[in-house]
Amino acid sequence: MADLTTDFIGIRSPNPFWLASAPPTDKEYNVRRAFDAGWGGVVWKTLGAEGPPVVNVNGPRYGVIHGADRRVLGINNIELITDRPLQTNLDEIARVKRDYPDRAMIASIMVPCEEEAWKAILPRVEDTGSDGIELNFGCPHGMSERGMGSAVGQVPEYIQMVAEWCKHYTHLPVIVKLTPNITDIRKPARAAKAGGADAVSLINTINSITAVDLDDFAPEPTIDGKGSHGGYCGPAVKPIALSMVSEIARDPETRGMPISGIGGVTTWRDAAEFIALGCGNVQVCTAAMTYGFKVVQEMTAGLSRYMDEKGYASIEDFRGRAVPNVTDWQHLNLNYVTKARIDQDACIKCGRCYAACEDTSHQAVAMSADRTFTVVDEECVACNLCVDVCPVEDCITMERLEAGTTDPRTGRIVQAEPADWTTHPNNPGSPNYVPAGQDTMVSEPAE
Amino acid sequence: MTEAMRLDGIRAGRLGPDDLARNFGDLHPGLDAHEATVAADRCYFCHDAPCIAACPTDIDIPLFIRQIQTGQPEAAAKTIFDQNIMGGMCARVCPVETLCQEACVREAAEGKPVEIGRLQRYATDAMMAAGEHPYARAPDTGRRVAVVGAGPAGLACAHRLAMHGHAVTVYDAQPKPGGLNEYGIAAYKTPDGFAQAEVDWLLKIGGIAIENDKAIGKGLSLSALRSDFDAVFLAVGLGGVGALGLDGEDAAGVENAVDFIAALRQHDDLTTLPIGRHVVVIGGGMTAVDAAVQAKLLGAEVVTIAYRRTRDRMPASRWEQDLAASHGVRLAFGLVPHALHARGGKLREVELAYVNPDMTPTGETVRVRADQLFRAIGQKLEAVEGLDLAGGKIAVTGAGRTSLDDVWAGGDCAAGGEDLTVTAVAEGRDAAEDIHGSLSS
Repeated sequence: MADLTTDFIGIRSPNPFWLASAPPTDKEYNVRRAFDAGWGGVVWKTLGAEGPPVVNVNGPRYGVIHGADRRVLGINNIELITDRPLQTNLDEIARVKRDYPDRAMIASIMVPCEEEAWKAILPRVEDTGSDGIELNFGCPHGMSERGMGSAVGQVPEYIQMVAEWCKHYTHLPVIVKLTPNITDIRKPARAAKAGGADAVSLINTINSITAVDLDDFAPEPTIDGKGSHGGYCGPAVKPIALSMVSEIARDPETRGMPISGIGGVTTWRDAAEFIALGCGNVQVCTAAMTYGFKVVQEMTAGLSRYMDEKGYASIEDFRGRAVPNVTDWQHLNLNYVTKARIDQDACIKCGRCYAACEDTSHQAVAMSADRTFTVVDEECVACNLCVDVCPVEDCITMERLEAGTTDPRTGRIVQAEPADWTTHPNNPGSPNYVPAGQDTMVSEPAE
Repeated sequence: MTEAMRLDGIRAGRLGPDDLARNFGDLHPGLDAHEATVAADRCYFCHDAPCIAACPTDIDIPLFIRQIQTGQPEAAAKTIFDQNIMGGMCARVCPVETLCQEACVREAAEGKPVEIGRLQRYATDAMMAAGEHPYARAPDTGRRVAVVGAGPAGLACAHRLAMHGHAVTVYDAQPKPGGLNEYGIAAYKTPDGFAQAEVDWLLKIGGIAIENDKAIGKGLSLSALRSDFDAVFLAVGLGGVGALGLDGEDAAGVENAVDFIAALRQHDDLTTLPIGRHVVVIGGGMTAVDAAVQAKLLGAEVVTIAYRRTRDRMPASRWEQDLAASHGVRLAFGLVPHALHARGGKLREVELAYVNPDMTPTGETVRVRADQLFRAIGQKLEAVEGLDLAGGKIAVTGAGRTSLDDVWAGGDCAAGGEDLTVTAVAEGRDAAEDIHGSLSS
């Protein structure tokens, strides 16, 4: 039986599934229900500075993107940080932590970018018995208009500065939560590291408008005919999150820095993928908001079973194993030649592969009068589009051409040795570069 | 089981009004918006989709389903009506399990096709409920066309001719238009007066006059029509039902299935419609199933369909067979009527003879109690003067051209094609285009 216990920057939790700082973690009642359901940790809904709490809109806070059968693919929100008094939250955090000592309790904090503000709140958070703090530099809506949230997260110098203050004024581990609303995610991650932060967590939500009402011509969610961009989350954002996580995981400057993975984690498999890209744990929000807290039971059971099947005793046994396989395009092996293969027994003759390839790709799927679909190896560039659009899993697969065989498309013999763009004769930066006019252009893999 | 179901003879009131209302309610209730969206999401939008090829009217099914998916059932309806102006009725009565839904790739993949028929109904109902008729009549051409028969073929032809600006007069032998849609289909497939509502909606195009209670030989002659109109389209359907050829066929209780079905459709209070305790239906097509199932739903205790061939040769689809079986109808195969046994002029028993697959008698017979027997052994064309026939129907070439150059024919009365509503619509539509081409040249 796999051990799901994690130790993330010194914070122990019985499993790697934490609830992200968000509506589900806004108060004691919810968090107790979450812990009773089995969540390993909670990042409390972001606390603001002492004083009159923020106010939220009194109309819809959430917009949604639905898939088939109204399956929630993505939600955006315009909810702000906690709108309850600071002391109320602190008291509740202390009580819950006392009653659930084995669970991770992290306080998310967002106060103005002034040293005094951080200096004031940090001791009070410490007094709750929290295991750590997360700096909310991510929320893209509302608070960013007041110079907080993503407005900080978009300026690496601010990140570093605030991280330094936090490390100075508290002994608690510091996690910096990053906004994806930025060009290069490595920059804020490096700043967090430079500021002494113990970890980063990402991604926060993405600037978004989920829809436009075509009767009122108002963006959704709509407040009295107007809308403001919200933060997008849920399964739809997972690919963006995975990519950003991988960039930090493989960046020479931040490699090895603990990462808490966030972004569309809905199943055990999603979590395992984040962990494979180096995350020490994951944070979840939309799945809980869609299905309730019980959903964690599938996640823990599924991850445990996967690890048992693979023989992994702990998360550390496979954490980061996909990181070395994330590389730059220029290092991809151009001598890896595959062709699509269609399993005629599995094919249901819908013709989507044909339509996709004929209309939008390389005319490499042939269709007979009796609707038999076959791959034209002479044209197939192995783009994978037919695999992607086929409604039958594993009906179309990509098969590698053995070294020594001839690729019917190029007429070239497939080489056993890898070769990539860096050594390609068409690459001006390659030692093998052949300038135009001196020889015929080589448009295919190097031999 | 009510007391009244155990009373011998042919009598009304075997079931109460509540049972009857439930029994004759909609066989396939319409989808609601969410159900339609979920059902539409299952469509793969196939390339050169097999379902289109399987539809006699070539409706662009993937396109209309996608239009439902995007929240525009009325646009979906337009896609349907462009090909099949009676798409509403076809959504209800088409044997989709042997047409579009049989061809659906999800039938091959998982034995669960996209619910094309119900989606089509969702779309067409939406447009008809909105009272929208999406076609306008072209300017009057001054040409006049007679259509004989206001069934699916005749009405489809009339509508398409009207679209092209021709003036159409439709004659029908019955008091109401609609043909088999009104008189020949099981009540539970098209309840709530849908057939007449569809005719009313179709006539919104304008330029179509309907004259009821007129037929060739009943106030009309083909030669007079030919002289009075620029073209004639015959869609007279089939008339007479063949006799069994047995002694005693005039006994009370020996009836035609089509007459029973028609009477039931026109009967407002089903508690007053008589039905036998023991009913035998001779035949194996959809008419046999419609009669048998409705006999059961009226309260007949024991209903048997006797079909001469093996099950796999039965013209009624497997889905129809299962529908009958699920209502408690007994399906018997390899049996032909051998003798009718009456007492006091009333049918009491049917004697059936077992036959081999090659129709030779095995020598064995069986007697089955029967207060009532319905012949559902196919109908015949009542001959039309001056037209060549093929296989007992009006011979046609191309888009319904008969042996007379100003006369076209389509629907069940014309040779070729299956005797289905949807096929009749296609033939009427195509004949209209051909007539239009002919009148325009």
